[in-house]
Amino acid sequence: MNSLFPTSADFIRFAPEIVLTVVGTLLMLLEPLTGDGKGEKPQLRWLAIAGLALAMAAAIFAYGDPGPAFNGMLLVDGFGTFFSVLVIGTGLLTVFCAQDYLIREKQENGEFYALLLFSIAGQCIMATANELIILFIGLEISSISSYILAGFLREDRRSNESALKYFLLGSFATGFLLYGVAWIYGLTGSTNLATIQATLAAGGVNPRLLALSAALMFVGFAFKVSAAPFQVWAPDVYQGAPSPVSAFLSAGPKAAAFAIFLRVFTTAFGSMADRWAPVFWGSALLTMIVGNFAALRQDNIKRMLAYSSIAHAGYVMVAVTSHSTVGTAAAMFYLASYAFVNVGAFAVVSYVAAKGEKHVGIGDFAGLAARQPLAALVMTIFFTSLIGVPLTAGFFGKFYIFKAALDAGMVWLTVLGLLNSAVAAYYYLRVIVVMYTHEPSVAVNELEPASSGLQFGWVAAAAATLALGIFPSALLEFASRAAILR
Amino acid sequence: MMLPNAVPVSWYLILSAILFSMGVAGFLIRRNIITVFMCIELMLNAVNLSFVAFSYELKKIDGQLFTFFVMVVAAAEAAVGLAIILTVFRHRMSLEIDDVSSLKN
Repeated sequence: MNSLFPTSADFIRFAPEIVLTVVGTLLMLLEPLTGDGKGEKPQLRWLAIAGLALAMAAAIFAYGDPGPAFNGMLLVDGFGTFFSVLVIGTGLLTVFCAQDYLIREKQENGEFYALLLFSIAGQCIMATANELIILFIGLEISSISSYILAGFLREDRRSNESALKYFLLGSFATGFLLYGVAWIYGLTGSTNLATIQATLAAGGVNPRLLALSAALMFVGFAFKVSAAPFQVWAPDVYQGAPSPVSAFLSAGPKAAAFAIFLRVFTTAFGSMADRWAPVFWGSALLTMIVGNFAALRQDNIKRMLAYSSIAHAGYVMVAVTSHSTVGTAAAMFYLASYAFVNVGAFAVVSYVAAKGEKHVGIGDFAGLAARQPLAALVMTIFFTSLIGVPLTAGFFGKFYIFKAALDAGMVWLTVLGLLNSAVAAYYYLRVIVVMYTHEPSVAVNELEPASSGLQFGWVAAAAATLALGIFPSALLEFASRAAILR
Repeated sequence: MMLPNAVPVSWYLILSAILFSMGVAGFLIRRNIITVFMCIELMLNAVNLSFVAFSYELKKIDGQLFTFFVMVVAAAEAAVGLAIILTVFRHRMSLEIDDVSSLKN
């Protein structure tokens, strides 16, 4: 098992990350050689799409022969493959949804796509990491690329403020996570999740120091998934970042962060679940309340979606708290459905916002249905899914999460969570009402028709939302099998 | 092998905890962006000290290897972070963190 040289199986299991890194590097090399002088680089866009498609194929192929790679550093299993495919899919959708925006801001270049691919490579490493140091490296590859993406519009005050806040608070969180890793290493003598699990199950580790190091790691993870009380960065970052980047940040990195969160706390710290569960219970409830009630008061739609993404992190935290296979499967299903919905919703926002993101008020969406019926229709599908209306992915996502919570005996958390989703319906419905019943606003009247790429992105996201809402069983069955973590 | 009169490992861990706490406190209290950034570096280096101390205690070499990964990541973070700080400074001509607050509703 402990071979000195990597075998071909190791490389196959690591292939998605290799593809993403190579294509990302290629994009940077080709950047100065392409372009027609008008700020469009369709060749690079298609190369990025091809790279992501190839990486997705590699991830699915690698699952044909699951197992550990590089002496147990990585573990390709159903859980890891699920999240790898999910983050790569999110990236594909982001490329389609970003093209109009990038061309409009004259920012379509290889850098954007390369950073996107590097960030996704980091997230794939996070999804399959089976070792705390690899997990940390994956997280940092993903985060550092995301910091640059958040500040991608260098000349825009909001964008670089968003990057600064994301960078400072993200690195701060990393410090906590890493200090937790150091103490776990000191206490158990290993950073391999399976070894840590075995050592902790055997007992004999100082319980206070163990709780302290688990708490440090919880702080780091909670920051990354924007769970309360560590959610303060999210509204500013999502509001200030370019809309397609906000779309990506609220879907990809968040799903990958939940993947490591779930994996570490169900495997390595699984034996001490009765001690961390109360903390998670409180965090889940607080996250839902803070997100939903703050979203009620927002007039800026990006900021509203940011608070809504905090609230949705709260629902996933409910699933994590239940600490069961059902709960893990529910969290996986929820993150998948949420990723499509959120990328789609931010894509419509980026369309209506127009050049320089002038129109990001909820009032700017007035009368969208009369002028751009497709945009209004897909936005309605996304928002009904965020509310959790039947026939959309969001309904089954919430249903499975609260079912898992009830199975775990968390009646109060379920009741309070359901009350929260009722409150949330208000701020989503408000936008739908504004789109369909009000007179068209200046912003809407000035809109140019969306490009075919952007329309494809919308329709693909909406179709995925409806498909998961009408036929949830196929994905859920896979998730239930993959959710058994060892 | 324990050297005679060697400093006990626990002292290093306490020093590391103190450095880490100083980094956290500085991050929360300081108002200059560069100082705040340096506090993050202090936290990462405190972690490195812990890794090395644990590595010595456990008689395992991997803890020392981890510090290299942390150093590489810290260097990458510094490169990106300073670039971001520079763009912020060019817009606002200020390095006070309270001046960076245009995103509010």
